[in-house]
Amino acid sequence: MEENKILEPIVGVNGNMITVEYSGRIMQNEVAYASVGDARIKCEVIRVRGKYADLQVFESTNGLKVGDLVEFTGELLSVELGPGLLTQVYDGLQNPLPQLAEKSGFFLQRGIYLRALDREKRWDFSPLAQAGDQVVPGDRIGFVMEGVVRHYIMVPLRWRGKYTLESVAAAGEYTIDDCMAQVIDENGDRHQVTMTQHWPVKIPITDYAEKLLPEKPLITCQRTIDTFFPVATGGTFCTPGPFGAGKTVLQHAISQNAEADVVVIAACGERAGEVVEILREYPDLTDPRTGRSLMDRSIIICNTSSMPVSAREASVYTAVTLAEYYRQMGLNTLLLADSTSRWAQALREMSGRLEEIPGEEAFPAYLESLIASFYERAGLVKLRSGETGSITIGGSVSPAGGNFEEPVTQATLKVVGAFLGLSRERSDARRYPAIHPLDSWSKYPSIVDKTQLDYARGVLHRGSEVNQMMKVIGEEGTAMEDFIIYLKSEFLDYTYLQQNTFDAIDGATPAERQRTMFNDVYRVLTSAFSFDEKEAARKFFLELRQLFTDRNYMTLDSAEYREQSALIEKLISTRSRKDA
Amino acid sequence: MRKVYHKIIKISGNVITVEAEGAAYNELAEVSSARGVSLAQVIRLDGNQVSLQVFSGARGISTGDQIRFLGREMSVSGSEALLGRVFNGRGLPRDNRPEVTDEATPIGAPSVNPAKRIIPRNMIRTNIPMIDVFNTLVESQKLPIFSVAGEPYNELLARIALQAEVDVIILGGMGLKYDDYLIFKRTLDEHGALGRTVMFIHTAADPVVECLMVPDMSLAVAESYALKGKRVLVLLTDMTNFADALKEIAVTMEQIPATRGYPGDLYSQLAGRYEKAVDFDSAGSITILAVTTMPGDDVTHPVPDNTGYITEGQFYLKGGRIEPFGSLSRLKQQVNGRTRSDHRAIMDAMIRLFSDYRSTLEKQSMGFRMSAWDEKLLKYGKRFENEMMDLSVNIPLEKALDLGWEILADCFDRNEVGIKTDLIEEFWPER
Repeated sequence: MEENKILEPIVGVNGNMITVEYSGRIMQNEVAYASVGDARIKCEVIRVRGKYADLQVFESTNGLKVGDLVEFTGELLSVELGPGLLTQVYDGLQNPLPQLAEKSGFFLQRGIYLRALDREKRWDFSPLAQAGDQVVPGDRIGFVMEGVVRHYIMVPLRWRGKYTLESVAAAGEYTIDDCMAQVIDENGDRHQVTMTQHWPVKIPITDYAEKLLPEKPLITCQRTIDTFFPVATGGTFCTPGPFGAGKTVLQHAISQNAEADVVVIAACGERAGEVVEILREYPDLTDPRTGRSLMDRSIIICNTSSMPVSAREASVYTAVTLAEYYRQMGLNTLLLADSTSRWAQALREMSGRLEEIPGEEAFPAYLESLIASFYERAGLVKLRSGETGSITIGGSVSPAGGNFEEPVTQATLKVVGAFLGLSRERSDARRYPAIHPLDSWSKYPSIVDKTQLDYARGVLHRGSEVNQMMKVIGEEGTAMEDFIIYLKSEFLDYTYLQQNTFDAIDGATPAERQRTMFNDVYRVLTSAFSFDEKEAARKFFLELRQLFTDRNYMTLDSAEYREQSALIEKLISTRSRKDA
Repeated sequence: MRKVYHKIIKISGNVITVEAEGAAYNELAEVSSARGVSLAQVIRLDGNQVSLQVFSGARGISTGDQIRFLGREMSVSGSEALLGRVFNGRGLPRDNRPEVTDEATPIGAPSVNPAKRIIPRNMIRTNIPMIDVFNTLVESQKLPIFSVAGEPYNELLARIALQAEVDVIILGGMGLKYDDYLIFKRTLDEHGALGRTVMFIHTAADPVVECLMVPDMSLAVAESYALKGKRVLVLLTDMTNFADALKEIAVTMEQIPATRGYPGDLYSQLAGRYEKAVDFDSAGSITILAVTTMPGDDVTHPVPDNTGYITEGQFYLKGGRIEPFGSLSRLKQQVNGRTRSDHRAIMDAMIRLFSDYRSTLEKQSMGFRMSAWDEKLLKYGKRFENEMMDLSVNIPLEKALDLGWEILADCFDRNEVGIKTDLIEEFWPER
């Protein structure tokens, strides 16, 4: 390959797109490198027309000239898979950012690409297969321990056909490039299996027996989500919301508390500061499930808003490919993409440069199908080994003007299983998380009893109706019965839906505690109370709310908690009424 | 000797197209016309056709004028000699003093590696309760003031700049009224801050294209100071004019507009500037305060909308006051846990009650009877507006928190404010 490189000249530069006149053979989505000075900058073919090919450039195009040469690689845009991905921080093209910083300092110099995995590190390998075994791509020949994760070494997924194992490395320490197995293909040719392999990011990994229906809840420790709008393991959800409604805070809370084995965070076109919080804080936070650092189960793909736009487009694919790879180990992975709107905007920018006929709000016509096929990479699957693995995808959406009628939100709503709509109204009133309890929905089963949940939802609905009505007819014109429903819905909102993310106890409510809490709140909702006047009713519910909220900050079943529960009982008994 | 090209084949808006060989993308060129020599920048290459945006405007350029490519990109000096100086949108002196050319730094340098950033940790005190208590400003934050024409946003900007403890102030003015420029200059001078200020001023009378360079130059200078360990505050006013200049060029280049004529890459363009705000690992910091005027007070207009998604919050200036709703500092959590134990509780409780006050006002305006609770809210709301929101209030954070408790205790009972009981016990004023 080195001897006959395919080199073609640039004939046009327009922003981050270059046009190349070619004479050889060119593949759609092939990776190429443009040379400017000493730097080689990465590009991807996105359209071929006549004798011209248009390429999106993953870095700044400053300084490129007509006549400069572009080298084509014949490879699709791929990521490297293997042990050592966990705890890493990559840009959209899988360049490790901490290592880049060591090499080029404060700024991201263009044209520097580093290996994604550490080639020095030694891993303790244990073989599972033996010489003579017949294997196909995806079959496991052994494993290494990556933290608590059993990381299987596979016959590369992109190979085709059947192979015979000729030899497998003995148990011991190896680096990622060492030969772990020698195989012979059907034609009698020899190949080496190492710990790493490559996979093109835009193609899903489909090496599994069947896709299953996601039904088991993925506990996020967020009460509004797990109880009211649950997300299933292997399901999809989206969190659209205007700026300042708390999308990112919610995503961080989910990424910290969700019961997943591996969490891939794709910070796509958002603020660098938010990523820095993850980078600096996660190593010191503990994963309650394993007792290890939260970083040990995380991979961060970070292509913030000021980093090149085309790499932003690639970053969500990079992230989902890594999630798919860990799913193949029989793990539950969670992919959080913040924000998919920025990804869609990157598509829009390229589409504009290609002068394609624009769809709604200048987004390309293929936007919907791209969003759909991205979310379809989620799912619960039964692997060929009989284990199950899953990818849950949560995407935040940043609709222009906070208006959910825009193309990205609408295309997303069509394909997700749960919609957690954040509202400006709630965030202005500091009711966090600002997930709107009336507009949001979920198709997945909740952790509490369905009839009780429906009852609670009913209270919220009627409470909101009464509130609307009160704005028209005033409090004095409202019947006591309706007024109490309104107070109950406010009570439910304040003591159950609202949750203080920044508090260690209130911020994460495990499923068991949610059930207990929900039962307590449910009892208040269904109880009958008697009051002579509205002021007394308001006072009672304010007091009750205070007791409940204080208890939310206490350790479950501590002495303090039990004392508080006694106070609650006492207060309730002063007003409760036995129905005839 | 660089080659000179003559063949201008298109002049449209402020963009000219010339037939030339070997021009590089983003390179600078000189256009010599009857009006003198002007700088221009390459914005598209298509075969041998090179499109350039002309900084002083294309007016008066003829098809036979000369174009000479300079083989370098736009740069600005990053030296200490800039302090106390005023420059225009091309980086040339506006104050009749000599040019500064040493320590040339390219503008629009690549973005900072997120791995080299640190979590912001220092509060910037402004003595404005609506900022210090409710939406604390933090060193290295990027924050716009959303406002409409006629509001005192430039005054607010100047006041924050003077009260903030920073080493260097950089003012980038885009489409600034000449009067406003003079007011800025006078205010900074009166407070003895001119000596630590650098100004890049594009006034409303200057050619539009020059406005495009102002943020990049201001931020390039800020970056070189920050790398020397300085804490820099960059003031940019008004970013809506910058966005409009982008729109003008995009339309001239026949790009497909996304919303209301603005180009599809508006978000990336704005982000490229705002993301320069940074707290460096083992060096200085850059804090950006910008003004974004909202045409028609419409926060869903593409410029404020995109800005809101990029910046770490916004101050919403309306009726001469910073509105508690719509205003937000995303970084306040980084610092307000370490100021005083009651800070967060006061912040949340007061805003929640103020929101209730607003709904009571609505009820009142519809003529409903006010309950005892409503009366309490009305009393509270009035005091909050007069003693907290008014911009003339100038008290340190601790005083403002005490005042908050004072107001709450005056208007409500202990269990009505929704604050955790242990804090109530510690701070509730005895009377």
